Amino acid sequence: MAGISIDRVSKVYAGGVSAVREVSVDIPDGAFAVLVGPSGCGKSTLLRMIAGLEAITSGDVTIGARRVNDLDPADRDIAMVFQNYALYPHMSVRENLSYGLRNRKTPKDEIARRVQAAADILQIGPFLDRKPRALSGGQRQRVAMGRAIVREPAAFLFDEPLSNLDAKLRVQMRAEIKQLQRRLGTTSIYVTHDQQEAMTMADKLIVLNGGVIEQEGEALDIYRRPATTFVAAFIGSPPMNLIDARVAGGRLLVGSAVVADGVGMADGAVTLGIRPEDLEPGGGGLDLTVDFVEEMGAERLVHGLHEGQKVIVTLPPDYPLGERLRVTAPGDRLHLFDPATGRRLDA
Amino acid sequence: MKRTLFRNQLLPWLLLAPQLLITAVFFLWPAGQAVWSSFLRQDAFGFTTTFVGWANYTALWADPLYLASFRVTLVFSVAVTVLAMGTALILAVAVDRLIRAGSTYTTLIVWPYAVAPAVAGILWWFMFNPTIGILAYVMKTLGYDWNHRLNAGDAMTLVVIAAAWKQVSYNFLFFVAGLQSIPASLREAAAIDGAGPVKRFFTITPPLLAPTTFFLLVVNIVYAMFDTFPVIDATTSGGPAQATNILVYKVYKDGFIGLNLGSSAAQSVVLMAIVIALTIVQFRYVERRVNY
Repeated sequence: MAGISIDRVSKVYAGGVSAVREVSVDIPDGAFAVLVGPSGCGKSTLLRMIAGLEAITSGDVTIGARRVNDLDPADRDIAMVFQNYALYPHMSVRENLSYGLRNRKTPKDEIARRVQAAADILQIGPFLDRKPRALSGGQRQRVAMGRAIVREPAAFLFDEPLSNLDAKLRVQMRAEIKQLQRRLGTTSIYVTHDQQEAMTMADKLIVLNGGVIEQEGEALDIYRRPATTFVAAFIGSPPMNLIDARVAGGRLLVGSAVVADGVGMADGAVTLGIRPEDLEPGGGGLDLTVDFVEEMGAERLVHGLHEGQKVIVTLPPDYPLGERLRVTAPGDRLHLFDPATGRRLDA
Repeated sequence: MKRTLFRNQLLPWLLLAPQLLITAVFFLWPAGQAVWSSFLRQDAFGFTTTFVGWANYTALWADPLYLASFRVTLVFSVAVTVLAMGTALILAVAVDRLIRAGSTYTTLIVWPYAVAPAVAGILWWFMFNPTIGILAYVMKTLGYDWNHRLNAGDAMTLVVIAAAWKQVSYNFLFFVAGLQSIPASLREAAAIDGAGPVKRFFTITPPLLAPTTFFLLVVNIVYAMFDTFPVIDATTSGGPAQATNILVYKVYKDGFIGLNLGSSAAQSVVLMAIVIALTIVQFRYVERRVNY
């Protein structure tokens, strides 16, 4: 068991491309941290640097109390679950699970005990003597997990482990991984591009963009108070509406509509963020022309236009719709961002 | 397998005809001729031909020269296969580790494959020539008196090197492709699992390379046994004292130089049986046994 600390870590590739820039983050012992961001944001590179599969250009990675920069992956006391599972195709499930232990000269009875324990936890007992090719995607995923847990490492690293599974299995497996991690209490770092996966699994959510951390914290805090327009648009589905607005004489205006009064801010342009579910019909606020409607079953997503700006509203499934819709949001659900930097204004 | 139903009974035969015709003219007919000739004996001037049944075959098994040729072929094939595949594997592993310059290097290494076998033979013959060869000269300065015209071991070494050299390119290409189809994440997983570089290579790479290796093994044996005629012909002509007289070369020598057509035909039928056996092994086992 060990916390992981990343201190001003950068990665610059040979061609001069900088993938990760001065990232610092602390992951407490036993926490489930999720690195999330769009492809190319540096999240996998960061994970691979922690694993030791990628050289660290500058900065320090500490696992437990040890600085691991110069240690081989094998000596970092970590286990990794890969996107394509990376199961050894020529070995049976049992051999796959025990390979790491055999390499470390673990006694035979200890190996047997740990493999059996992992097989029980993951319910892969019946497949122990099969080769990976005889398993389904979900079963392979479990074996990959099993290979990580038999090692009883200080930390688990997950590199998009669910992205090769179908949608239903993914939802099931993410709950299982989370439960397993709770049960074992092993510090974990999980990389994903799926914000929903990130939200549901993270004790600590770290949003990366362009090689830097946009925001870190508890998932709900990030959802409720995104620090930048990038985070606002990335976390949440459907994404937060980001609307060009301006403050004039204490009033918040979108086009000609007054959205809020008594805004304690200097006059000028702002970016207004409103979550679709925070918009309620009625009142004075935005006057939408309904463009089209997506029926989600539990709710309907109304895509509308307010004076040329796109706005998405979440409404109950039976809400009667005309061609026009007036919506408003409570004052404490409005997020204001600096249009130039994208940073939150009331942070 | 998808089946197509033809309404017209004639059309499928017409479509198959060109290939069947080529197979018939260039394989079935000559092969049939060989089988038929192997039961015949012709006098030295070609005036009379008599049917002798299995006599040509039984004579082969009693002929110490033929049995010696079998042994020579065995040594030659094993040596060529091991040398060509071993060298290719080492080069391929080296290239697999390389990321840039890889394609240039690969291109260069493939060039020998474009050299005709006879030319390859001549190239090595020149280099090893006891009188004018640079390598023979070098060895002489090192104290070894190289002479493949007199020394059976030297002659065998020469033809093995010349034959293997040409085949390295081919093996190399397949090994590189095989290595590159092993996902990097497997090696990374093994690295995390605590396997050192050497153990990682030996526990991960060879098993995953087994299908490629088995395929190449059969191809190389077939190459060494049947396609190396020009190399032998251009360098040692089977000598000295039959030391490099492999089966294929003996078929040619006995048939076209010695004009013993019956025996030569019987020998080629034996060779044909070997090729067929190897092909069956390849088709039956390459998919099943070796695949992990």
